Amino acid sequence: MRERAVGRSVVLHVVVALGAVAMFFPFLWTVITSITPGAGLTQTPALIPENPSLDAYIRLITERPFVRQAANSVGLAIVTTLVQLVTSATAGYAFSRLPFRGRGVVFGVYLATMMIPLQVLIVPLFAELKAFGLINSYLGALLPTFASAFGIFLLRQAIEQVPRELDEAATIDGAGHFRIFWSVVLPNIRPALATLTVFAFMSSWNSFLWPLVVLRKPELQTLPVALAGLQGQYTTAWDVVMAGSVLSIIPMLAVYLAAQKYVVQGVANSGLK
Amino acid sequence: MTAAPARIGAATAAAARPPSRRGSTRLPGRRGGRYALTVLAFLLPSAVPLALFVLGPMLGAAWISLTEWNLLAPPRFVGIGNYLDLLGDPETGAVFLHTLLYIVGYLPLVLVGGLALALALNTRLRGRAFWRGIYFLPVVTSWIVVALVWRWLLQPSSGVVNTALGWLGIDGPGWWTDPFWAMPSIILASAWKDLGFVMVILLAGLQAIDPAMIEAARIDGAGWWRRLVSVVLPLLSPSIFFVVVISLINGFQVFDQVYAMTGGGPGGASQVVVQQIYDLTFRYGQAGEASALSWMLFAVVLAVTVVQIIGQRRWVTYA
Amino acid sequence: MKHHLLAGVGVVAAAGLILAGCSADGGDSGPVTITYTNFISNGGNEDNLQTIVDAFEAENPDITVEVTTLPYGDYGTALQTDLAAGTVSDVFDIEYANYRQFQADGVLAPITVADPGAYRPSLLEAYQTDGTQYALPSSFSDVVLYYNKDLFDAAGLDYPSSDWTWADEKKAAEALTDQAAGVWGDHQPVSFYEYYKALAQNGGQFLTDDGTAVAFNTPEGVEAAQWLVGKSGTVMPTIEQGQGTADFDTNLFKDGKLAMLHSGIWVFGAFADVPFGWDIAVEPGNTTQASAVFSNAVGVSATSEHQEAAAKWAEFLTSSETMVNVRLDSGWELPPISDEAKLSTYLDKGAPDNRQAVFDSLDAIALPPVVAKGQTEMQDIMSEELVEAQAGRKTVQEALDSAEQRINAAIG
Repeated sequence: MRERAVGRSVVLHVVVALGAVAMFFPFLWTVITSITPGAGLTQTPALIPENPSLDAYIRLITERPFVRQAANSVGLAIVTTLVQLVTSATAGYAFSRLPFRGRGVVFGVYLATMMIPLQVLIVPLFAELKAFGLINSYLGALLPTFASAFGIFLLRQAIEQVPRELDEAATIDGAGHFRIFWSVVLPNIRPALATLTVFAFMSSWNSFLWPLVVLRKPELQTLPVALAGLQGQYTTAWDVVMAGSVLSIIPMLAVYLAAQKYVVQGVANSGLK
Repeated sequence: MTAAPARIGAATAAAARPPSRRGSTRLPGRRGGRYALTVLAFLLPSAVPLALFVLGPMLGAAWISLTEWNLLAPPRFVGIGNYLDLLGDPETGAVFLHTLLYIVGYLPLVLVGGLALALALNTRLRGRAFWRGIYFLPVVTSWIVVALVWRWLLQPSSGVVNTALGWLGIDGPGWWTDPFWAMPSIILASAWKDLGFVMVILLAGLQAIDPAMIEAARIDGAGWWRRLVSVVLPLLSPSIFFVVVISLINGFQVFDQVYAMTGGGPGGASQVVVQQIYDLTFRYGQAGEASALSWMLFAVVLAVTVVQIIGQRRWVTYA
Repeated sequence: MKHHLLAGVGVVAAAGLILAGCSADGGDSGPVTITYTNFISNGGNEDNLQTIVDAFEAENPDITVEVTTLPYGDYGTALQTDLAAGTVSDVFDIEYANYRQFQADGVLAPITVADPGAYRPSLLEAYQTDGTQYALPSSFSDVVLYYNKDLFDAAGLDYPSSDWTWADEKKAAEALTDQAAGVWGDHQPVSFYEYYKALAQNGGQFLTDDGTAVAFNTPEGVEAAQWLVGKSGTVMPTIEQGQGTADFDTNLFKDGKLAMLHSGIWVFGAFADVPFGWDIAVEPGNTTQASAVFSNAVGVSATSEHQEAAAKWAEFLTSSETMVNVRLDSGWELPPISDEAKLSTYLDKGAPDNRQAVFDSLDAIALPPVVAKGQTEMQDIMSEELVEAQAGRKTVQEALDSAEQRINAAIG
């Protein structure tokens, strides 16, 4: 019985490890390809490149506005994240702590907006921002991302968990809603704020359709849009396309590794609640 | 898959549980004009963008769908003409069919794979966090990168997959260059990306199950398979339900990976609904028809979600 | 403290972004910067275009031309989106097939040409509506039959000649195909552009005379589609083998694994250094000869703030001495000029030897069918349906039936 259990455990470890290798291999292959000059033009790159070189990276940086595009992605992600933190926290507070007539209906409308995919809105949004003269501007790319129903819901749930006794104590000390919000509620929902930070950053970093249509100039484009354009430009130069992929994975990877706990926890919770 | 799935998770959860009014009487608020201003101050930062960039455009889309508009000349009102055109166009059926094929291929892969992984990681496995980290890595990678990487892996002549198949004496297919294999290629890449996501959700569900219930079944003499089917899966059904709902919703909106991997080709073989909306708008200058198709998509997603939420009573057990 | 710091960073970042966004627009009197978006230089002629830009800027010190080059495959959608967004460049490439629709949509500014005599009259007139010039031809080119002499020699076959028909081509292609060695006899894209031409070569036509409906669903049309589709897997690689992906055919020819290739004269440059002999011939017809002639043009945006400078650049790009020399020297399509003597120097610019075929092809031409509405959709649908037939997912007849129905709906 015990031997069988040990045997099963070994098999399980081997299977999980093999699966992980298979999952990780595409990343490895991306890196290998990116340092194999001329990859894809004539043959499959070797697992250990014969003449590894950073040519593809140099081409990418010299021939394309890649650095600027990376900066665009970082800048837009930071601004989106900060604004979403503000709009989500304030709205979450209102829906948790500020009763008013029709609040249930308003909250219902907020939640309903979650169900509306951006794809449905792409034409009118495009027309609207054109009317505002904001096509080809960072602001045009940012505005539709400013409020996230998901973030509002997440922070409202978190604020609901903050004991109301704390509010009452602060009220007795003469605090108003703004003080309670800032000094009592916010410090108590840090994990939720961290989760939202990571999710907002990630969704901005990876967003594609809206930046694709609103940012028309190469030097305004974000990394995913630039990458999608690369493959038309460098049809057979897979080393260049993979170098671009590597560079665009790295920042997100750093964020993920730094905040792994919150990412995984955030995903896990989304299924539990 | 980033915030979108979690969004929907929140939405379904919210549908099940209306906002509580708990504690409203104990709040420190004052009534009157000043209070109203306070409420506004907290609400406006989110209300203005939602109204301007979600609700407004939503109504706008409804209006545009009733016009013929190339985004250049002024729109011309055509009533429900766009909807009739779409219903009469075989391409509309084709793009919905391709989208459905995507879902039908993708969902079982991530569900079964994610469940198997979650079960494996829910044991006394060494280095669990490490393995989980590896399997989750593709989740944080953008769809475009995923699509490009897989386009390269599945490149017919010098891609590593066909090279490896060659060693086994198998003549690999043309993958994304082949109308038959284009959709399977997209599905494969998508499953790779989302496997870790499903795994984490199901793992969290598994960890929430009371071990005593499984132990009780073991004492009753139930084997591993029996325990899985009769105890674990029913207790896990809320998590599975969540995965199914968000996969369906996201599946109907599949776009990024299709755009970057096949562009809907070859020969339109992998043209999906959103790619069609995009092409209609920005390639063919038919914003009216695109908006009508958007609304049709929205109606389908809504209907599927509602059916799911109603149907869940039959198979989802909330402990 | 941390929060303050983060917020501060955010504000600065936001301000920086917005400022950068604003400054990206700009534009004032005095020195002028005009933008030019093109596909014609993509894939090898970027430096040639730069030569023309440099010459223009030297001649017009107060005008700077900012060039954006896009791959052909992305260009159509990008242009349509930019037009819709109002972010289109001052000068942009258009194809002959799209001219009519763009003109009707009012996106093209009228252009006053300083020296109309420099242009081939037929090309210039192609971009006039009601006597007004709305675009300037930037080049013209045609499609010819490329062949690998070494492969023909090895098989002991005669080289293709201008009196060849489909039957001759087929016979040679079959003899030259050696699938075991990875050598293919023939390559012709399965697409709209090849189809309307094959149709003309077979005595059919794509549209009815009034241009409001398709006219290809006839026995001639089926035979023409069969001619294209039937090559796949017999004398041409199949779609599963990568046929139809970007640059597949030129790379195969460069590798010496393709005996015959139907392609435009714009790929001359790509074959400059191949280690085997190659030449070109007029494309074979079936009941009649018909070669595809393409003309690209540039338009000035109706919304451009610098229309005068833009028109100046457009004319320089399409008729200047520099352009003529660059194009003739590099074999980058043909300059749209009236000066036949100048044009004839093209014949002596090196490989391929039989450059005369480029001009001979002009004797019997097939122009792309043009509709008032749904041009791009029509082209996409035709290509899609042909690929469906090529992949064996539909019969040729089914594909044409479906194409007929869908195109009529799109252009009606």
